[in-house]
Amino acid sequence: MEAIGLTFIDWIIILIYFAFILGIGWYLKKFTKSEEDFFLAGRRNSSWVAGLAFLSANLGALELLGMTGNTFKYGMYVAHFYWIGAIPAMVFLGIYMMPFYYSSKIKSIPGYLKLRFDEKTRVLNGIAFAIMTLLVSGINLYAMALVLHTFLGWNWDISMWVSALTVMGYVTLSGLMSAIFTEIIQFFLIWFGLFLVSILGIIEIGSFDQILNRLPESMNTLWSTSGDPTQNGMLVHWGGIVLGLGFVLSFGYWTTDFLVVQRAFSAKNLHAARMTPLLASFFKMALPFIVILAGLIAIALSGDPNSGFKLLEDGGQVNYDSALPLLIARYYPSGLVGLGVTALLAGFMAGQAGNISAFNTVWTYDIYKSVLNKKATDAHLLRMGRVSTVVGVILSLGTAYWAKSFPSIMDYMQAIFSWVNAPLFATMLLGMFLWWITPNGAFWGLVVGMLSSFFMWLAVKFHWFSESIITMSSVQSDMAANFWRAWWAWLICFALTIIISLFTKKKPKEELIGLVKGLTEEKHDSHLPFIKRPEFVAIISIIILVVLNILFW
Amino acid sequence: MSMKPIWYFVGLILFVIGGIIFLTGIYQLINPPETNKILSELHPNIWWGVIMALFGGFMFLKTRKQTA
Repeated sequence: MEAIGLTFIDWIIILIYFAFILGIGWYLKKFTKSEEDFFLAGRRNSSWVAGLAFLSANLGALELLGMTGNTFKYGMYVAHFYWIGAIPAMVFLGIYMMPFYYSSKIKSIPGYLKLRFDEKTRVLNGIAFAIMTLLVSGINLYAMALVLHTFLGWNWDISMWVSALTVMGYVTLSGLMSAIFTEIIQFFLIWFGLFLVSILGIIEIGSFDQILNRLPESMNTLWSTSGDPTQNGMLVHWGGIVLGLGFVLSFGYWTTDFLVVQRAFSAKNLHAARMTPLLASFFKMALPFIVILAGLIAIALSGDPNSGFKLLEDGGQVNYDSALPLLIARYYPSGLVGLGVTALLAGFMAGQAGNISAFNTVWTYDIYKSVLNKKATDAHLLRMGRVSTVVGVILSLGTAYWAKSFPSIMDYMQAIFSWVNAPLFATMLLGMFLWWITPNGAFWGLVVGMLSSFFMWLAVKFHWFSESIITMSSVQSDMAANFWRAWWAWLICFALTIIISLFTKKKPKEELIGLVKGLTEEKHDSHLPFIKRPEFVAIISIIILVVLNILFW
Repeated sequence: MSMKPIWYFVGLILFVIGGIIFLTGIYQLINPPETNKILSELHPNIWWGVIMALFGGFMFLKTRKQTA
């Protein structure tokens, strides 16, 4: 492909962005005086700030390119990731789980496991999360360099090092606060930088209905073809969507992944923390109007031989990730190209900063202070946070070079989440809602749950048994297999944790007050009028979710 | 010294970048480029740049005296 040409103006816009975020990191450094400032942004954010950061931490450029590409591949079914695959979990986090997280004053998700269960469960999850975060961070870095090289012709090493060192610079200076600031800037740049693609696509094709009319039936609905996996683009049954994506993967990610939940911990009080995922849910529901719509426009255009639109091919294989950059190249004149590229860069870098700021917190509190230096002072932990930021970025660069020599690692991103997050959600759910779940039950349930998910992945990868045993269907896509594998890993962890808990020593009830539902007094926000309570916002969010699903049924 | 709210910085960068895109659009209206993009006759950089700059400018002005 001929690289997308950047003019002088486009370069100016990109340079302004880099200078701006480094300047923000420098500006915020003087407000970063304690370890709580560094790791939890001083716990002073409003629900709007925390909510947008909560959403943006998940909104990396890899997701933007990948989901637009997935839409081209699977059709409108990809919208399930944004609707049933996110909103119920975000609402559940805000209404039921956040009071236990926030009120216990923990600094990380593994910190909750320590209070609810014991140190070994915390360290196990801390190590698994740290490894997962560095892997994902490195793969993201590699993916960014690949995209910049493919579409803009930029040097692989320079683009990777410049962005990694920029992220290292501002996160080292002011920790989570600068990560949150840049995530919110990224959110606005993504909307202004990419929504125009959808607008211009609709203008070119004629209307939204005309776009849908140009798609095959297997791709232009959400549910109506889900009763038979052979009839929809994703080759998945509705049971896989509801149980695997809507329940396990979604709840596992949105309620237990510290990368996103850390943003809610930075809220100024419990009310703001509960509102964080609820406000984010509205923006999450709107994202398909960028990513899914762009993917549908790309399908519609590629089906019209007169449009001249065709996705790239690498060695005979269609490069689905090329859909969004090709649309940018198709519509954007000078200046707007710089904005579109800056939006993608901002997405990559904010994702990187999110991973690094979550890593430095888990490393410092759940591994370093918990195991290596129990007597560390606050000032020492602040220094350790900065050192672990630098080390985390260096390790991410190492992972990125590893990924470069082993590119198929990119295909394992979803699998990595199902190894760690799916079983952890079973542990959290049981621990938070049943007081008699024991530390040994949680620990061994988590170990076996993680190993079983990894084993299922290995077994399919090396053909030890057929994928259809996991998906219970004669046809399936990789995505369908991910959904079902997550469900089984969750179920194994859930069942084993209960069985072991029946035979092992329970924690006294008085040690679990404030950590488990039923043992904790719950009067959150009861002094507020109903329309100002999180419950009201949650109901509105669910109503919109239902309406969207019916509209595109 | 008090910290400026995030909205101040968001407003500033949107205003600056939106302004640059708008001015580029005006320049291209006067001096059209040799190769045109699809729908270039709509001059998206002019109206999108204006929307962005107005949105950013409003945020910037509204929050310039506030503290976080």
